Amino acid sequence: MFGYLVGRVAQAVVVVFVMSIIVFVGVYAIGNPIDVMIDPGATAEIRENLIRQYGLDQPLWRQYFTFVGNVLQGDLGRSMVYNTSVTGLVFSRLPATLELVLVSVTIASVIGIPAGLYAGYKPDSIAAKLIMALSVLGFSVPTFWIGMLLIMAFAVELGWLPSGGRGEVAQFLWFKTSLATTNGWEHVIMPAINLSLFKMGLLIRLTRAGMVEAMGAEYVRFARAQGLPDRQIVFSHILRNISIPVITVFGLELGSTLAFAVVTETVFNWPGVGKLIIDSILQLDRPVMVSYLVMVVILFVMINLIVDLIYARLDPRVRLKGGS
Amino acid sequence: MTDTLTPDSKIIAVPSAPPAETRAMRLRNFWSDYRQSWVAIAALIVILALLLGSFFAPFWVPQDPYDLAKLDWLDAFLPPGTEGTGGYAHLLGTDNAGRDMLSAIFYGLRTSFVIGISAGALALAVGITIGLTAAYFGGRIEALLMRIVDLQLSMPAILLALVMVAVLGQGIPQIIFALVVAQYAYFARTTHGAASVERRKDYIEAARSTPLPTWRIMFKHLLPNVLPPLIVVATVQVASAISLEATLSFLGVGLPLTEPSLGTLISNGFKYIHAGRYWLSIYPGIFLMITVVAINLVGDQVRNVLDPRNSR
Repeated sequence: MFGYLVGRVAQAVVVVFVMSIIVFVGVYAIGNPIDVMIDPGATAEIRENLIRQYGLDQPLWRQYFTFVGNVLQGDLGRSMVYNTSVTGLVFSRLPATLELVLVSVTIASVIGIPAGLYAGYKPDSIAAKLIMALSVLGFSVPTFWIGMLLIMAFAVELGWLPSGGRGEVAQFLWFKTSLATTNGWEHVIMPAINLSLFKMGLLIRLTRAGMVEAMGAEYVRFARAQGLPDRQIVFSHILRNISIPVITVFGLELGSTLAFAVVTETVFNWPGVGKLIIDSILQLDRPVMVSYLVMVVILFVMINLIVDLIYARLDPRVRLKGGS
Repeated sequence: MTDTLTPDSKIIAVPSAPPAETRAMRLRNFWSDYRQSWVAIAALIVILALLLGSFFAPFWVPQDPYDLAKLDWLDAFLPPGTEGTGGYAHLLGTDNAGRDMLSAIFYGLRTSFVIGISAGALALAVGITIGLTAAYFGGRIEALLMRIVDLQLSMPAILLALVMVAVLGQGIPQIIFALVVAQYAYFARTTHGAASVERRKDYIEAARSTPLPTWRIMFKHLLPNVLPPLIVVATVQVASAISLEATLSFLGVGLPLTEPSLGTLISNGFKYIHAGRYWLSIYPGIFLMITVVAINLVGDQVRNVLDPRNSR
């Protein structure tokens, strides 16, 4: 087990390094950020100074090592557009994204799990077919298009909800959140629904599949034979059995919510990290691009590593293979 | 199926070697299974209509939306059904440059199809090669290749595509490349899964004992037997390539306005949504949605038909 653990961690470190080189070289191969930043009429001297200030006169490999050295000391560089530290920039945007993700995951679970249970409980009913059709829509229709329809219906036509932005924020414990104000809730609800649809579709399918399988299982037949009411069978027997795979897959999918937030945040002009990365790509803000991408790579590699280690703990075959 | 023995079933039950299935027979069986669902038939018709309509767009739409000389500023923002300076009614209205929306949509749809289909086909080719190589050779090659594939699968496609366009810049070839990078892993995983099972069968061992070159065994003997699941993945991936491209273009990092796809049109129209000019973004969006949903419905039915558990 210990050998396996060391091997997997080493592999994860190698992956992060390789990906960081690819991202770094790739991002630095495009365009010259200096041309975007300064006015074309500026003197050659100002230009030279600026290039030297950002270290762009150094060879690429040295720039990379400077970058890695700084990252290991917790310094992700300075944004060329906002002229603040990237770390500060990302952390100032992070609460907005996290609250959006939190609300959307809650919506997805509160609606998706009961809907999936019902669809599996009565698979031939019209309501179940409707639920499944909606889950297919959640999967296949592009997120930005649904977001736009929501804006058109609830903001432009009906005027019930604001079309974008984050609204008022208020202090809650140690950070500022819009979930502490009514106005903030009005702003968050539409983007959160938009972001939740894909996850909801996934949850519906997972719970339904588990439910259908459980309905035919021995233990459910036995519980029925004992004369237990259906409600008790579903909520205290089946739900407990299908929750493990559902939670596993759902947990894995949490990371991808971050990626989908890029789209939703752009549609609803939500000032989170997703909007930040899109803006930085459009404005050629290299330090922000590289830092965000490397951070996301680290996040996903860590999720993978944790899942692998948990599986190794649970599955003796993996444990033995890795240990030898 | 019932277990009761009727006089007829005795005749059918006479044991005899089943005739070898010809390709035409398999195709006919496939079709008779496929048409069981009228939804799937309708979806197929819709896709064919959109494909034909968009590829022959220059011959039937009222205007060439890329020809700036034909655009008139007086025609800008005409609501659907209004007659413009061209002397014909703009069924779906016009955009901010006086472009006929119907024409722009079908030209845009053509771009979307070209990107979706070529990205799907290239990703299929790359994925098959990697999946077959891994399954055929096994060992370290397999471990390395599939490790990379799994790592990629754990990241959302939109993120990979975003990284690629950030690195490569805008344009049709760049987008296609980005989509291939984002999607080949699905094909590689499916191919590898099916091929690892086939690889252990006797006919591959038999082929290996002949002096046939390795690539021939891989592509002529192994590949045809792993194709069915790949067809399903391919249909779904074309749909997701189209919707990914639209998403990237909507985010402003996909295609430039000079080569508009459906996503670019929606992105452009989104700016005018608050002014009540809904037709600029709603109509291209409806066409995008119909296309993606129809392809997915066809893919679903193909999966049902090819699924061995459902065979009659």
